[in-house]
Amino acid sequence: MKANPRDVFTGTYYIDGDVAAAYGALAAGCKFLGGYPITPSTEAAEAFARKAPYVGAQFIQMEDELGSIASVLGASWSGKKSMTITSGPGYSLMMENIGLGAAMEIPFVIINIQRSGPSTGVPTSTGQADIMQSKWGANGDYEVIALAPESPQESFDFAIKAFNLAERYRVPVMFMADECVGHMTEKVVIPDASEIEVEPRRFYQGKKEEYIPYRRDQDLVPPIVKAGDGYHLYITGLTHDERGYPLLDHRSLPKIEKAKVIHKKSTNPYLVDKIRKNKDEIIEMQEDHLEDAEVVIVSYGITSRVAYRAFEQARQEGIKVGMLRLITVWPFPDDRIAELAKKVKGFVVPEINYGQIVFEVDRCSHGKANTILVPHGGASVHKPDDILGAIKKIVKDNKKYEQVIEYTTTLEKTIFKGSLTEKIKK
Amino acid sequence: MEAIITQQEAKRHPMDNLLRMDRMPHIWCPGCGIGNAVSAFADALDKLEYNLDKLCVVSGIGCTGRVAGYIKVDSFHTTHGRAIPFATGIKLGNPDIKVVVISGDGDLVSIGGNHFVHAARRNIDLTVICVNNFIYAMTGGQVAPTTPTPAYTTTSPFGNFENPSNVPQLAEAAGAVYVARWTALHMRRLTYSIVDALKKPGFSVVEVISPCAMYYSRINKLGDGLDMMKFYYDHSIIKHGEPTDHLEIDYQKEIIVGKFVDRERPTYSESMGKWFED
Ligand SMILES: Cc1ncc(C[n+]2csc(CCOP(=O)(O)OP(=O)(O)O)c2C)c(N)n1
Ligand code: SF4
Ligand SMILES: [Mg+2]
Repeated sequence: MKANPRDVFTGTYYIDGDVAAAYGALAAGCKFLGGYPITPSTEAAEAFARKAPYVGAQFIQMEDELGSIASVLGASWSGKKSMTITSGPGYSLMMENIGLGAAMEIPFVIINIQRSGPSTGVPTSTGQADIMQSKWGANGDYEVIALAPESPQESFDFAIKAFNLAERYRVPVMFMADECVGHMTEKVVIPDASEIEVEPRRFYQGKKEEYIPYRRDQDLVPPIVKAGDGYHLYITGLTHDERGYPLLDHRSLPKIEKAKVIHKKSTNPYLVDKIRKNKDEIIEMQEDHLEDAEVVIVSYGITSRVAYRAFEQARQEGIKVGMLRLITVWPFPDDRIAELAKKVKGFVVPEINYGQIVFEVDRCSHGKANTILVPHGGASVHKPDDILGAIKKIVKDNKKYEQVIEYTTTLEKTIFKGSLTEKIKK
Repeated sequence: MEAIITQQEAKRHPMDNLLRMDRMPHIWCPGCGIGNAVSAFADALDKLEYNLDKLCVVSGIGCTGRVAGYIKVDSFHTTHGRAIPFATGIKLGNPDIKVVVISGDGDLVSIGGNHFVHAARRNIDLTVICVNNFIYAMTGGQVAPTTPTPAYTTTSPFGNFENPSNVPQLAEAAGAVYVARWTALHMRRLTYSIVDALKKPGFSVVEVISPCAMYYSRINKLGDGLDMMKFYYDHSIIKHGEPTDHLEIDYQKEIIVGKFVDRERPTYSESMGKWFED
C-alpha cells in the first residue's frame, strides 16, 4: 500500500536524525505517540507534536515512560499505528511493557536515540550500549526486530521500515539510533507519497464468530482485530493459548469446544518462531567488497560511517578489507557471518560500548576466524585510525583462533595507559 | 401462544451474557468481595443497556486484576500498575469506546499511583473501579498503601505503622469528577454509583471496600468473608458529600461511604477538541 499523501511532508530538508525519524513515523501512518522528554530524543517527539494535528495524529506527553509505553500498547489495540520515543533511562523503564507487547503480539515501534550510559550517563552524547538490552531487556523469551540507521536520511527511511516490520510481524520494533545520528543535521529527501510503501495493519478478514485471536497459519503471524469491533477479546500478558486464555502448563491437547477445535497450547514458541523462521525476509545488511576480503568490518549505526574511513584507507594501502553493515541488528545475520568466517582471517567490530555485538560475531564464526573488538566508552565516536590499526593487527598477527581480542585504542593508550583486559590480566 | 422455556434457558443466569462462562469456575476464594464488585458492574451495564461491543475493561495485576478475564467484552489484563495508561491509549485511540479500569488498591494507588494522579488531572474519560481489600492479596497478603494501622500483614508482621492512603481524597485532589465509596454488601447503591460513574464524562472513581477472606482475614483473625463483609456493612455510615479528608479508614472502625464528589470539568478529549477546533 502507498503512504497517505496527507502524512508525507514531501520535500528536501536540512534536518537532524531525530526530526527525520518523526517525519518517517508520520509517513508510515503513525497516529499515536505517547512519550516523555529525554535527551537526546526530545527533538523527535517535539517534531511529531508539531505535525500531529495536521495529519490526524495524537501526541500525549505521559507522566513517565512506564505510562508512555503502556499508552502505546493500548492505542495500538485501538487500531492506531503507535510508537514511543526515548533514550537509555527511559528505555530501561519501558522493559516490562515491551515484554507485554511481545506477549500480546502488539505492533508498535520504540525510537531509542541512544546516549552513553550506564544510568544517566552522558545525556547529550552518543552511545551504542543499549543494543543487547533491545533484545534481552524484558523478562522471558521473545524476539524483537531492531534497526540501526546511520544518517538522518536513514532515520526517515528506517522509521517507515520499522512500522512496516511491526505491522507485518505483530512485534515490537526497536529503532536503535544513537545521539550522533539523532543530532546530526544533513540533507533529507522526503519523496512523494506515491513512492513510499507502507504496510497496512493486517486485519482479520474472516467471519466474526470464527475468530480465534492467536490462531495462525504457516505464516506464523495471526491476523489482528481492534478493540471496539465486537470480538470480545480477552488479551493477557499471562502465557495463553490461541484463544488468549491463560495456561498454567504447556499441554498441547486439542479441546473440542462448541464444535470448534481449540489448541490449548502455549503460544509462546511462536513469539520466537515468527521472527526466527522469517529471518531471511527480515534481515537486511549492506555489504561492500566482501568478495575478496580477508578482513571484514562489522558495524552498525554511526560507527559504520567512521569505519568506512578506515575501510577506504586500508584498501588504499592494499589491504583486502570488506564491510558488513547491519541494517537490522536483530535478528542477527548468523548465517552470513558463519559463511564469511570460513574464508576470512578475521572480523573487526568497532562499537560504542565495551563489547556487545562483537560476541555475536564471535559466536557465529564458530572458531573459524578471529574477532577483534574496537571498544569505545561513548561520548564521541571512534578514531578511524583505531579501526585501521585493528585491521592491520588481524593481517599481521594472522593467528589461530582465540577468544575475542580487545584492541587497545589510542584513547586507552593515552588516558587509561593500557586496555582494560590487559589491566585485569596484570 | 405461551412461551416455552427450555431447560437450558432456565438454567442461564442473567449475567451469563456478560461473563465468560467458558472460563468458570473463577479463581476467587469463597467469601471474596471481588465477585460482588463484578456483579454490581455487570448489573450497571445491564441497567445502562450499553452496547457491549463498544466497552472495554482494562485491569492490572492482582486478584482484582483477574476481572478482565471474566467479563465478556474486549478486556485487557495488563501489567502491575499500568492499567490506567493502557486504558488511556485505548480511549485516545478510539474515543467511541467506553473504557473501564477495574483493579486492586495496590495496583492503582501504589505501583500505578502516578498514573492515577495524572489521568485524574487530565480528566481522561475513564471509570476506575478500585477494589480496596487493604492488602496485596494475589501475592499472599503483604502490606498495601491502604492497610490500616495497626493491621497485620505478612510484611508488617508486627503491625502496620505507616499512614494509609485515603483513596477518595487522592482522587478528588488529583481532579476526579466523580468519587464514591461503598462496601461490597451495598450492592444496590454500589450498582447505582457505577451507573452514575459510567454516565459521567471524565475520570470517575468508585472504591469498593471488600474483604480478602484469605489473607487479610486470616492474619488479623477477622472471621470468614461473609463475617468481614457484614462487619464493613454494619460499620459503614452513609454521608454523601462528606469532605474527602474525613474519609480515612481506621482499623476495624466505622467506614464512611457515599458519593463524595460529583463535579464538572472538561475532559481531556473535550479540551483537546476545543483547542484544535479553529
Ligand atoms: C512489576 C510487578 N511487581 C510485582 C508484582 C507482584 N504482584 C502481583 S499482584 C501484586 C499486588 C496486588 O495487590 P492489589 O493491587 O491490591 O490487588 P489484590 O490482589 O489485592 O486484588 C503484586 C505486588 C508484579 N506482578 N509485577
Ligand atoms: S486471596 Fe483474598 S482477594 Fe484474592 S481471591 Fe482470595 S479472598 Fe479474594
Ligand atoms: Mg488489594
